[in-house]
Amino acid sequence: MLSLTGVHTHIGQYHILQGVDLVLPHGELTVLLGRNGAGKTTTLRTIMGLWHASRGALVFDGSDITQTATADIACAGIAYVPENMGIFSDLTVHENLVLAARDGEPDKARLEWIFGFFPALKKFWNQAAGTLSGGQKQMLAIARAIVEPRKLLLVDEPTKGLAPAIIQSLITAFRELKAMETTILLVEQNFNFVRSLGDSVAVMDDGRIVHVGPMAELSENLDLQQKLLGLSLDTHQ
Amino acid sequence: MTTTATSALADSELPRLRLDVAPLLLLPILALLALPLVGSFPTWVTLTIAGLAMGMMIFIMASGLTLVFGLMDVLNFGHGAFVSVGAFTATLVLLPMQGWMQADSVLLNLSALGLAIALAVLVTGALGWAFERVIIIPVYGQHLKQILITMGGMIVAEQMIHVIWGPDQIPLPLPASFRGVLLFGDVAVEKYRLLAVAVGLIVFAAMFLVLNRTKVGLLIRAGVENSEMVEALGYRIRRLFVGVFVAGSALAGLGGVLWGLYREMLTAAMGSDLMVPVFIVIIIGGLGSVGGCFIGAMLVALVANYAGFLAPKIALVSNILLMVSILLWRPQGLFPVAKR
Repeated sequence: MLSLTGVHTHIGQYHILQGVDLVLPHGELTVLLGRNGAGKTTTLRTIMGLWHASRGALVFDGSDITQTATADIACAGIAYVPENMGIFSDLTVHENLVLAARDGEPDKARLEWIFGFFPALKKFWNQAAGTLSGGQKQMLAIARAIVEPRKLLLVDEPTKGLAPAIIQSLITAFRELKAMETTILLVEQNFNFVRSLGDSVAVMDDGRIVHVGPMAELSENLDLQQKLLGLSLDTHQ
Repeated sequence: MTTTATSALADSELPRLRLDVAPLLLLPILALLALPLVGSFPTWVTLTIAGLAMGMMIFIMASGLTLVFGLMDVLNFGHGAFVSVGAFTATLVLLPMQGWMQADSVLLNLSALGLAIALAVLVTGALGWAFERVIIIPVYGQHLKQILITMGGMIVAEQMIHVIWGPDQIPLPLPASFRGVLLFGDVAVEKYRLLAVAVGLIVFAAMFLVLNRTKVGLLIRAGVENSEMVEALGYRIRRLFVGVFVAGSALAGLGGVLWGLYREMLTAAMGSDLMVPVFIVIIIGGLGSVGGCFIGAMLVALVANYAGFLAPKIALVSNILLMVSILLWRPQGLFPVAKR
């Protein structure tokens, strides 16, 4: 679905990504782990074209998107949920979703499907998004990314600062998306959240991918966790 | 596509969206405070309507600039050039059509005025497009360079006006039907000011409808807040930038025509002279906010008019005092846009 080969990204004078190699298989949920500053967000932004790679190649669905404009990448079927959610605060929930639908009003059946796991969005349909709680904003950010079918979802730390009840809603949403064979790249620090969702895991450090493997392998291997992440998933139970 | 999952927090009540009425109350409060100070009711009405007319013209000129800054993050110090060019372009229609302008027919007067405005809007819109393509594109994201190059652009535009129309001031008489005053008892209201108020209200209503009832308006409002996210949703933000810049330039041209007729005299520097109140308006309104720009323009014009009548020496600094007072109350302007 998407492959990154030797991708380097510079931001000003800083050399953030230093040769990222990563393949996202179709229909799988890949979790991107790593300490703060490892380059996870930069990887997502580089895929989305918000920062262009200075070297290397990004191929999506058979097309080279290394220097493609962000809008064209979005139109090709990649949706992005940034860490800060990127909600338009002055617009209502409805207006946020209308913009995401691109070709007019969102499909009603799909909206009902989204309301199934994010009922707050239906309730506050005409409310300014800026007045929503943090969890509801995250629901809106994800709803905006999936209001139309997309081939690939890039999601940056969706559970950050959220209450457990909201996280449960997100788990349900991601399970539904996986069931529909949507390819997902999820940056996340909450191991318990991703352990049950991830098919595979990539670990970043200093701008490079240092480990790629099945999530089950990392989840069950305490030594590997200790080696790659410097801690054990069990400490996060 | 079914699911039964729900969120406990999802059903929690949200605070209702509060309409921020405090800035809206400033206008009536200011006008009512001025009434006892002015003393005479007819004089107060005349001053107030004159202020509103002036405010409408400033709003028309400033509204495009505030959107350009809010959406594109561009400090366009050359905006005044479009005001001057609009006014001078209108003379290409208004001076040869003096027959229609001076005819005792509202229809002929408005036809000539309409043609002049249409030409001014077309020319300034096209000039705005060229300005964005040639001057603005190389300096996106570089504020200092934007200030320097747009000021340079304005100087070039002013000199081009001298080259084309000559160095002298050009008198621009009002259409016959809009000269003089209407008397309502002891209250005298200049006809042209009523026309300016009407045009300003039409422009404000049109902008309100476009921004709130159309997808392009949604994109502009979203882009003012987070242009990167608009692009990540699949919209080419640069096209929106060009459209807004052209519209802003055309509005400045319209404002220039109205202002030129209001002053009945055109100078190449008329646009740059107006930039101080225009910048004050967009700052106190909240950068990027059209509603704030509207209230700000009315406040600036009313304060200037009342101060000019009550204390002419203070009138010169009244707008600065107004700006300082409002920024002390609301440092990001009357209606701050979310990202700023």
